[in-house]
Amino acid sequence: MGQKITIEPVTRVEGHGKVTIHLDDENNVVQTRLHIVEFRGFERFIQGRPYWEAPVLVQRLCGICPVSHHLAAAKALDVIVGVGPDDLPPTAEKMRRLMHYGQFFQSHALHFFHLASPDLLFGIEADPGRRNVIAVAEEFRDLAVQGVMMRKFGQEIIQATAGKKIHGTGAIPGGINKSLTIEEKMKFLIGKDPMNIDQMIVWASSAVELFKDYHRKNRDLIDHFAAFPSSHLSLVRKDGALDIYHGVLRAVDKDGKKILHDVDYQDYLDYIAEEVKTWSYMKFPYLRAIGKENGWYRVGPLARLNTCDFIPSPLAQKAFEEFRSYTGGKPNNMSMHTHWARLIETLHAAEMMKELLEDPDILSGELVKKGNKTIEGVGLVEAPRGTLFHHFRINEDDLIEMANLIVSTTNNNEPMNRAVELVAKEWMNGKEKITEGMLNAVETAIRAYDPCLSCATHALGKMPLQIELYDVNDQLIDHMQT
Amino acid sequence: MMKQKINILVYGYGNPGRRDDGLGPEFIYLVDAWIKENNIDYVFTDSNYQLNIEDACTIRDYDIVIFVDATIEEIHDFQLVRVMPSEKVNFTMHAMQPSFVLDLCRKLYDKSPEVFLLKIKGYDYELKEGFTEKAAANLFKAFAHVKKILLDPEKIPVLNGSEIY
Repeated sequence: MGQKITIEPVTRVEGHGKVTIHLDDENNVVQTRLHIVEFRGFERFIQGRPYWEAPVLVQRLCGICPVSHHLAAAKALDVIVGVGPDDLPPTAEKMRRLMHYGQFFQSHALHFFHLASPDLLFGIEADPGRRNVIAVAEEFRDLAVQGVMMRKFGQEIIQATAGKKIHGTGAIPGGINKSLTIEEKMKFLIGKDPMNIDQMIVWASSAVELFKDYHRKNRDLIDHFAAFPSSHLSLVRKDGALDIYHGVLRAVDKDGKKILHDVDYQDYLDYIAEEVKTWSYMKFPYLRAIGKENGWYRVGPLARLNTCDFIPSPLAQKAFEEFRSYTGGKPNNMSMHTHWARLIETLHAAEMMKELLEDPDILSGELVKKGNKTIEGVGLVEAPRGTLFHHFRINEDDLIEMANLIVSTTNNNEPMNRAVELVAKEWMNGKEKITEGMLNAVETAIRAYDPCLSCATHALGKMPLQIELYDVNDQLIDHMQT
Repeated sequence: MMKQKINILVYGYGNPGRRDDGLGPEFIYLVDAWIKENNIDYVFTDSNYQLNIEDACTIRDYDIVIFVDATIEEIHDFQLVRVMPSEKVNFTMHAMQPSFVLDLCRKLYDKSPEVFLLKIKGYDYELKEGFTEKAAANLFKAFAHVKKILLDPEKIPVLNGSEIY
């Protein structure tokens, strides 16, 4: 009997989503879809508000990566207040960068140690009761503590630079509203063990080694699970370096050929369009020059390490060279290598935090600049999950009249759908019984992209996991809830 | 006033940009003002969008922890319940439950503070600022109740179970 399987919501990703898998009478996968809650209502919410409120308002989108939205909005408003990206006072840019690296560090640490590691440490088909962070805490206590402390360190960097944990106010149009105090700086540089930057670099380095060791022992899984060719898009610094805060837009195809040539992101609408599909609230971005069918691309850690030419910090650069040599310098299209790329970025973030903490500009200097106001601006940053676009236009009363956001997870919509289809076919085709392990394999493919699937409403009583089986007539024939 | 020094953490969580979901952080504003006004030196506060793994580290140094969150559960105004450690896995990691944080704290740090959860009934969680009228009323009722406990924490019975206070 043909079946429709629904996995809702997907577990151990940020937010929630739903996967439907349609099987034919012989249990072959005929169609898969990943459905995700989108943010579109927020763009209307922000219209009519004074532009200077945007960097704080946009953090209400999501409690998972508020710093990315905060900085992307501030960068768009820098343009509106007439302060170009290269005109920001050094203290302002360095404080923003420190905030951003702090966010990358904590977000990547959370993802690897507590969302992805259970699959790697216990196996995709392990008992779901043990395939979680509590089991990691019991069996790999030191590793779990590292993850907790790395996350805490990053959170404290964010609090020191953004001013507070909720609705930080650090970045403002044209600059920043505070510098670091000497006490804050010294706490992060030489804080009581283990809460200091040197320990964070050691732990980040060991996490890269941990993954490499796992890779050596599980090469078949890591190299082939959900691997498929794709294009890749990200910011890069003008000289080709990895840069998560500012630069130009570059995309490469599956063979490494540049298909977007280091363009100014203020003109992103000339290069990127979004397709609407009837079955999803989330749009499907693509490169205009290539078209809807083949113009889709990946964003995030794997994409960033495929588009950049080098990493401007020594330990991460060394790890990057090894990463690139594994594919002979060609783009790496293996989805599970996203974890490897993510850990190299974690190490880079730690090294950059140290460099910034040792920079005297972080303690004092001009905080804000003013320029000639204009009515429209685009802000772009690399969020932990990938490229994030904010585009605002204001009216003569300084009120926002248009807001357009393309969030990282939207950019990865097509690749995530392809990963789901690939894994579902590989693990389920022709199998007599669909097991929990098979369903988790599908979720593992999604988790590699670290999607942020919804905003941070989390009131008690929500978010059950439901798996529903339907026959060809869409009649519910089985139901599971965990 | 209390006879013995007990450190208490009151920790509110939620997204203030989503109407009643912000009841937890708003509760912390009230507690902060009350601490300042009354020079209370044994009550500390924290707040965030949601609980996460690092909170296992945050709570380890306190004797009593009161988490505060909005709820859609069918309760009357508010409810204060004791939290027992639980290995039950959340469906996402962006919304850890207090019982999970407590369990992680015990497993990682061998510490086990007395943990309570103050659930405040909310009604609207859409993208909008400000609380519904009923949620705001519940907030102040809950605060009045918890203030009494904070002033005399020794009266919190040390019991096992899921008692409601």
